[in-house]
Amino acid sequence: MLKISDLKVTVDGKAILNGLSLDVGPGEVHAIMGPNGSGKSTLANVIAGRDGYEVTSGSVSFMGNDLLSMAPEDRAREGVFLAFQYPVEIPGVANIALLKEGLNAARRHRGEPELDALDFLKLVREKLKLVEMKEEFLSRSVNEGFSGGEKKRNEIFQMAVLEPSLAVLDETDSGLDIDALKTVAGGVNALRSEDRSIILVTHYQRLLDYIVPDKVHVLAQGKIVRSGDKRLALDLEERGYGWIDTAADAATA
Amino acid sequence: MSAMESHAAPYVEAQQAQARELPGAGVAALDRSRSEALEILGERGLPSQRDEDWKYTSIKPITRSRFSPAVSGVDCSEDFIAGSAIENLDAWQLVFADGFHLPHRSKTNGLPEGVQVAGLAEALTRDPGPIVDRLGSAVGKMPHGFAAMNSAFVGDGALVEVAPGVQLEKPIELLFVSGCSGEGFLSLPRNLVILGEGSQCSIIERHISFGAERSLSNSLTEIILDKNATLNYCCAQDQAERTFHVGGLFARLAHSAKLKATTVTVGKAWVRNDARVDLDAEGAHANLDGAYLAFGRCHVDNHTHISHNAPECTSRECYKGVLGDRGHAVFHGRIVVQPNAQKTDSEQSNQNLLLSADAQIDTKPQLEIYADDVKCAHGATVGQMDEAALFYLVSRGVDRETARRMLTQAFAAEILETVTPLALQSYLASHVSGRLSPAVPPGAAA
Ligand SMILES: Nc1ncnc2c1ncn2[C@@H]1O[C@H](COP(=O)(O)OP(=O)(O)O)[C@@H](O)[C@H]1O
Ligand SMILES: [Mg+2]
Repeated sequence: MLKISDLKVTVDGKAILNGLSLDVGPGEVHAIMGPNGSGKSTLANVIAGRDGYEVTSGSVSFMGNDLLSMAPEDRAREGVFLAFQYPVEIPGVANIALLKEGLNAARRHRGEPELDALDFLKLVREKLKLVEMKEEFLSRSVNEGFSGGEKKRNEIFQMAVLEPSLAVLDETDSGLDIDALKTVAGGVNALRSEDRSIILVTHYQRLLDYIVPDKVHVLAQGKIVRSGDKRLALDLEERGYGWIDTAADAATA
Repeated sequence: MSAMESHAAPYVEAQQAQARELPGAGVAALDRSRSEALEILGERGLPSQRDEDWKYTSIKPITRSRFSPAVSGVDCSEDFIAGSAIENLDAWQLVFADGFHLPHRSKTNGLPEGVQVAGLAEALTRDPGPIVDRLGSAVGKMPHGFAAMNSAFVGDGALVEVAPGVQLEKPIELLFVSGCSGEGFLSLPRNLVILGEGSQCSIIERHISFGAERSLSNSLTEIILDKNATLNYCCAQDQAERTFHVGGLFARLAHSAKLKATTVTVGKAWVRNDARVDLDAEGAHANLDGAYLAFGRCHVDNHTHISHNAPECTSRECYKGVLGDRGHAVFHGRIVVQPNAQKTDSEQSNQNLLLSADAQIDTKPQLEIYADDVKCAHGATVGQMDEAALFYLVSRGVDRETARRMLTQAFAAEILETVTPLALQSYLASHVSGRLSPAVPPGAAA
C-alpha cells in the first residue's frame, strides 16, 4: 500500500527526516510513536503533500505510484487521507459543502457519477453515527467553534465519508478525554478493513489500548529507530522516551 | 480659474441651461436650494486628490472627457429589464433609465394605503411642498462637488414614503440602468426615502449598466427615519467597466429608529461611495455594512461617516473586500461621537483579502470621540489567503481553484448572509462567485 524508502526531508534547510523507511501493507494498522519534535507531523504532512517541505532524497510509493509527484488533491482523490493534528477552523465554509465537494471530486476522478443531494445526505447521516456527532455539525462551518474533541471527531467523520485507502491520523488522540477517546477509537476500528491501511501517529500508548496496531515504530531524530509489535508501545510507556534518543544517537554515530 | 474648477464648469453651464425646465422649477425654496448647490459646485469644483477625503481616489478617469446630462424621454427595453431581474424576487419596482423614472416599466400596483412609491420628478411637479422641505435635510453640509452637482440638478429619482405604523410585506426595488442614452451621458438620480413613526420596509437600490457605453452615474439617496421606524436597505452595484459611479447615502435616524444598510459592489465599474449616518436621538441603531470586489483594474472607494449625535445610540459597521489583479480599494471609516452622546456603543471593522501582489487597499479608521462614557472599537485587517485553510480543503480532494473560490466566497459570505430578502442574497452571491471564477485561474500559486 505505502512504501517509504530512505526519505530525507528538510524544512527551511533544517533536516527533519533523516532517511526514514516504512512499509505498510494493505489492511495494516501501524503506530508511529516518538517524542515531540521527532518529525511525526512532518512525515504525515509530506504524505499528504503539504507545501514547505523539501524532499532531498528517497521515495514514497502509494499503490505502486510515485506519491511525491502527485498534487495533494490528487493524492486525496486516490485515497490518501490525513487527520490533522490541529484541524483548521474555516469560517463560512460549511462542513457538508466541503465533504460534498471532496467526495464528488474523488468520484469524478474515478469516473463515477457524482452523488445527488439526497444520496449524499443519506451517506453522511449514516457516517455521523459512527462518531456520535449531531447532524447540526453538517451545516456548521468547518471546525469553527468546535471543542478540541469535536474537531478530532470531525476528522474521523470526514475519513468515514471519504473512505480512504490510506489514513494517517496525526495525534487524533491528544486532548481527548477517555469517553471521547473511546468514541474516536470506535469510529476508527469500524473503518478498519482489508483494503484500508492506517497509520496512527501518537505520543501516548493509551490510544493503542483501543486501536490495536499490527506494528509499532519508534521515530526519533527523523528516522525509525525501533520497530516491533504492540509490546514495544508498552515498553515505551514504562521507560519513557529518554532511552530512545540514546538509541538514536548510537544509530547516527 | 483653476484646473479643478474648470472640470466643474461644463456641468455648471449645463445646469444653468436647463434650470428653468427642471421639475418644480419656480418653487422658490427649490430654486434656492438648487442655486445654492450650484454655487458650491462652481466654487469648490470637483474633488481632487488634494482633498483629504479624496487622497486615494483620482477622478481623472472621469474628467478625461466630459459627460452630458441625460435628458428625459430615454427608455430601456422590457427585454433588458426582464433579463437582468433578480430571480424569485417578489417586489414592487421602479425602473429608471439614466436616472429618469419609466412609469411604464414600473410595478407599483397593490401598494397598501399610506405608501407612496413614485418618481420624484412627477411628485415635485404634482405637489412639491412637502418634498422640498425635506430634500437635502439628510445631506446637511455638502460633502463634495458631486453631491453638490446632484443637488443642483435635483429632478428625477425615487420617492418612497411610508406612513406611520405601516409595515410593507414586500420589498421595493429601485432599479437604475445607466448608459441607456448612449456614449458619454451623465445620470443624476436623487432618491428620497421617508419612513413614518413605527413603519417598516425593505428597499433594494440596484445599479446596473445597459451596455458598454461610457457613463457617469452620480446618485444620491436620502433616508429619513422617524421614531421607531425600521429600514432594511441594500445598495447593489453591478455595473460595467466603463461606468463611473458616485453614490451617496445619507441617513438620519430619530429616536429608536433602526437602519440596516448594506452596500455590495460586485461589478467592474469605477466606484466611489459616500455613506453618512446621523444618529440623532436616543436608541437609534445603525448597521452599516459593505462588501466589495475589486478585480482587473477596478477602483472601489467606500467613505463612511457615522455620527453619534445623541446618547445611547449604537452602530455596527463591517466592510469586507476581496481584491485581485490590479484592483484598488479604499475604505475610510469615520466615527464621530458628539459631546452629549454618552453611552455610545460603536464597533467598526474593515477586512480585506488580497489575492494578488498587485492589488492595493488603503484603509483608514478615523475616530473622533468627544464624550467620555463610550464604547468604541475598531479594527482593520489586510490578509492573504489562509494557506492552512487552503491546504485543509485541498487535502480533502478539492482542487486548488475551487478551494480558493470557496474561501473567498466564505470571506464575503459574512456580509452577504446578512442581506435579505433571500432572493437578493442569492443574486449577490452568484454575482460574487461569477466575478471570482476568472480571477482565480487554475494553478494560480498563492
Ligand atoms: N514549518 C516548519 N518550519 C520550521 N520548523 C519546523 C516546521 N515544521 C516542523 N518543524 C520542526 O521540525 C521538527 C519536527 O516537527 P514535527 O514534525 O511537528 O514533530 P512532531 O510531530 O513529532 O512533534 C521540529 O523540530 C519542528 O520544530
Ligand atoms: Mg506533531
